[in-house]
Amino acid sequence: MTTVQDYVARIEGTCGAESDVIVIFKYEKKDEAVANILKKATITKNLQGIIFELNFQGMSFRMYPSGKAIFRGVKNKEELNSLLAALLL
Amino acid sequence: MRGTTEAINLVAYSWGLRNLKAGDEVLVSLMEHHSNIVPWEITSKMAGFTIKYTKVHADGTLDYEDLESKLTKRTKLCAFSQVSNVSGVINDVKRVAKLAHEHGALMLVDGAQSVPHLPVDVQDLDVDFLAFSGHKMLGPTGIGVLYGKKALLQKMDPWQGGGEMIREVQFSPQSERCGISWNDPPWKFEAGTPNIAGGIALAEAVKYLQRLGMAEIFRHEKELTEYAMKQMLTCCTKLRLYGTTDPKLKCGIMPFGIDGLSSHDVALFLDNYGIMIRSGFHCAQPLHQVFSLPSSARASFYLYNTREEVDRFVEVLKEVEQLQ
Repeated sequence: MTTVQDYVARIEGTCGAESDVIVIFKYEKKDEAVANILKKATITKNLQGIIFELNFQGMSFRMYPSGKAIFRGVKNKEELNSLLAALLL
Repeated sequence: MRGTTEAINLVAYSWGLRNLKAGDEVLVSLMEHHSNIVPWEITSKMAGFTIKYTKVHADGTLDYEDLESKLTKRTKLCAFSQVSNVSGVINDVKRVAKLAHEHGALMLVDGAQSVPHLPVDVQDLDVDFLAFSGHKMLGPTGIGVLYGKKALLQKMDPWQGGGEMIREVQFSPQSERCGISWNDPPWKFEAGTPNIAGGIALAEAVKYLQRLGMAEIFRHEKELTEYAMKQMLTCCTKLRLYGTTDPKLKCGIMPFGIDGLSSHDVALFLDNYGIMIRSGFHCAQPLHQVFSLPSSARASFYLYNTREEVDRFVEVLKEVEQLQ
């Protein structure tokens, strides 16, 4: 069974007062992860395919085709995990 | 040493815990990297001494008047960075060392951001300790240097125990204990098998930098910084440079922000173009409090960067501004 861990290489809490979270997808799965997310989330802005501003279940986030996504205002690990599961699986 | 952090910790634990007591003061500044704050905060709780923080002006430069006002006969150590890792501001550590010595205090310099980028002469500066890291100067991670005046190092106790740092460990049948005498510095502070490969690699990096000439590296970075700041301010409309923009006062580190974007957004965008900067507090949260910033993006240069790279950087920054 495919899990979030199959897609995610690591999750980093950013350093700073903003408490953003950066999700880094596994290199070999990044294209699939990006495609899955683009299928499910609403694109609010697309800057030349370099950066996508997205909305999913009321959460705004940015995604980069290089395989990184930055989430703002995530309350805890559980919330992020269920969000990623809904986006990726 | 493993790096600047370990070197400062060595001084804090070995020299600090033996020489500092309740009533004594250690003077640092609000622009310090956490590595030059946390060891003193930890050991102050163990030994009971006080830490005082020298103010920093809104442009990121050190407030020398505040520094002088906080120096008293109770001050036993001044611990300052020579270059701020956030703003790139160069502190006049020679002046601070002179002031410290006039008050009977020692001077420790965090040279992590200065030794790789400009000529540093510990004898001319007359500092008592100076720490720096290999990985910021083309060397590997896990290796660094603590310079200390010989007389001070000789008086200091070891920080860690083990092999190599002792001269003799002799068991006494009478007391049923071991009598130990220490080796000379620097071995006294090098318990266990050292990072041999790291030491050799760092020495090669130092030789390489010396062949190029530290003054030449400094000049190159200054030129790039001046050019980059000018281009950033001219070409970008939503970009703000933090700290002083006077190239005479700083070296090749430029903290900045783009209105409405977090520093992490900026860093991830640039990363997409193969441009690496750092975002966040840069392990210097108090200085961000001075600047009233939740975080900052920080671009920095080294000897291998070029004007063409600055142009590309500014081009991409203009695209970042479109995120708004």
